[in-house]
Amino acid sequence: MRIVERQTRSRAGVNIHEYQGKALFREEGVAVQDGVHCTTVRQALDAYDSLGSKIVAVKSQIHAGGRGKGTLYDPNSGELVMEGGVKIAFDKGQVRDYASNILGNLLVTKQTGQDGKLVNNLYIEAGCEIAHEYYLAILIDREEDAILVMASTEGGVDIEEVAENTPEAIHKAWADSSGKLLPGASSSMAESLGLSGTSHDSFTEMLERLVSMFVSRDCSMIEINPLVRAADDSMIALDSKISFDDSASFRHPWRTEMRDLSEEEEVEVRANQSGLSYVKLDGDIGCLVNGAGLAMASMDVIKLYGGEPANFLDIGGGANKESITTAFGIILEDPNVEGILVNIFGGIIRCDMVARSIIDASREVGLSVPLVVRFSGTNHVEGRTVLEESSLEVTTVSTLAEGAEAIVAALEGARV
Amino acid sequence: MSIWIDEASKVLVQGITGSQGTFHATRMIEYGTDVVGGVTPGKGGQVVELPGRDVPVFNGMSEAISQTDADVSVIYVPARFAASAIIEAADAFNEIKGGGLIVCITEGIPTLDMVRCVGHISKIPGIRLIGPNCPGIITPGEDGGCKVGIMPGYIHAKGRIGIISKSGTLTYEAVAQTMSVGEGQTTCIGIGGDPVSGTGFIDCLAAFEEDPETEAVVMIGEIGGTAEEDAAAWVADNFSKPIVGFVAGATAPPGKRMGHAGAIISGGKGTAEEKFAAFEAAGIHIARDPSKIGEVLLRVLVEAGLRES
Repeated sequence: MRIVERQTRSRAGVNIHEYQGKALFREEGVAVQDGVHCTTVRQALDAYDSLGSKIVAVKSQIHAGGRGKGTLYDPNSGELVMEGGVKIAFDKGQVRDYASNILGNLLVTKQTGQDGKLVNNLYIEAGCEIAHEYYLAILIDREEDAILVMASTEGGVDIEEVAENTPEAIHKAWADSSGKLLPGASSSMAESLGLSGTSHDSFTEMLERLVSMFVSRDCSMIEINPLVRAADDSMIALDSKISFDDSASFRHPWRTEMRDLSEEEEVEVRANQSGLSYVKLDGDIGCLVNGAGLAMASMDVIKLYGGEPANFLDIGGGANKESITTAFGIILEDPNVEGILVNIFGGIIRCDMVARSIIDASREVGLSVPLVVRFSGTNHVEGRTVLEESSLEVTTVSTLAEGAEAIVAALEGARV
Repeated sequence: MSIWIDEASKVLVQGITGSQGTFHATRMIEYGTDVVGGVTPGKGGQVVELPGRDVPVFNGMSEAISQTDADVSVIYVPARFAASAIIEAADAFNEIKGGGLIVCITEGIPTLDMVRCVGHISKIPGIRLIGPNCPGIITPGEDGGCKVGIMPGYIHAKGRIGIISKSGTLTYEAVAQTMSVGEGQTTCIGIGGDPVSGTGFIDCLAAFEEDPETEAVVMIGEIGGTAEEDAAAWVADNFSKPIVGFVAGATAPPGKRMGHAGAIISGGKGTAEEKFAAFEAAGIHIARDPSKIGEVLLRVLVEAGLRES
């Protein structure tokens, strides 16, 4: 339950771009290569000159992994432009080619979905002579209620595959909320990775800084894939994927500047601002529910009765007429929606208030698809009466199963 | 009998002078909960007038516990102050009474604050934390009962079913399902949907196993993490009473957080299918449709010889 001063809800997590993550690494003393953030081909060419490195990496900046193995498409024609969203350029001409192929095009990776993401940002980074690639991640271990560090000698590859096929290749260590690893933990992790001498010391220093940063900046994940041992035996973070715990954003005002709204689902952001929690799905039955667990269960039951949910939507415990109207509007923005199931278990929220809000909202947004409402709990009888006495075309039911059955039948009826 | 709270429990409300604190303290008293005091720093000495009683406000938990002999505290404090409120309550209960129950309703507490809290509390044996981001815990009585949280009290009735759930309204749904087949509850616990929290499924199950009045359990999980799988493995070796289980989120897409901070399928792990499978493997009777929990429960009680029909 939200007992906070603000009405907005925590977003799904705050992600930042690689170039922003590396700027934070520099501030924290974590070794990275020199690099320049660019938004135009001209800037990319200038960056090449200023870096003074013959070989550079030209890296697409989007909030999704798998960029290197992704594919770039022209957003207008849909034609393939280039394989690979991260390229190594050996001269200025290649920088121009790669930058032109990346900027303004859609990058599709296995994490973006088939629509891909438009690339507006580029990072030009000095090349690095790599002796070996490692994997390093820091995250919350839900089972141990602690901070977990995972490292592997199998860097540069899909860590989920490593976890699946060779779990013994993943080394783990834990830290408490003070941001300190147990004495000797970083050293023994370095040894398990086969690091010694300079690289051992370079690794332990970096790891301690990263764990401390994880805490001081309220991260939910820091992933470096690959972390590399350079030819001179120093350890360098060649990638950075950082996400923050949004619940802690109130104590990190600097995050606001790092937010790239074009990377977020606009409708989800808007829903959050109204105190709603919304996730768009691919089906045709819109759902409006109070409570996250019940909202998921409603989707599940729709599916059980042969329908496909169009969204997850939790109106939250503090819902009122305004937020319910917003919720209806958001559901109906989705052109696939052909019917709506409302499922309310009244507690603090009263079903009669929801009923009046539904009537007002449906007038305001011009509801034209079948509507099924299931009320239970506080004032459910009054709520049903309000709906039944109104001029609204609505089917009222008393259980979730009946609701799912009715909305699925209504859609089938409309199709015949 | 019941677990952790009953009609004799004396309850403090942290954040009692806030609008949510006052609202829910009122509902708790109306249900029959013995609310003995409240805490709001800087407002000690005031009195909050609630139905049938004037509730004293204290500046801190130590004073509140010493003056009222409370053994339970419920927290309605904004997220940014909630972790400190939990730790203050834990230290005060430990020092004065050697233990106590803390129920944190607040949603949106920073995860690392909870890592700090849970780390702190795990070193104090007598302290139990329920939540955060949960509806609380309720033990229905013959007339009213003890309600520590935000759930609608009137949907419950005293009975023999224990309920454990990660959700809020879905817990109410489970309660309504038991009622639909004429069964009441011993105690219902919402353990919350955050990735890092206090009491888990296994703690609740262990307590229900020990409670002679609890004859069956309804357990509601959701996607994310492995708490359901861990609980199922524990059940297979340690739990003797029938369980009906449901997991929300079978249709949730991977990588998307479904409202609750912890409800996310990440790296292909934490799916509803895995959890249902773990339940089945442990002999837990599953309901894939939460509207059928009552039906499944009835069948299970009959099979176990706990009911005729």
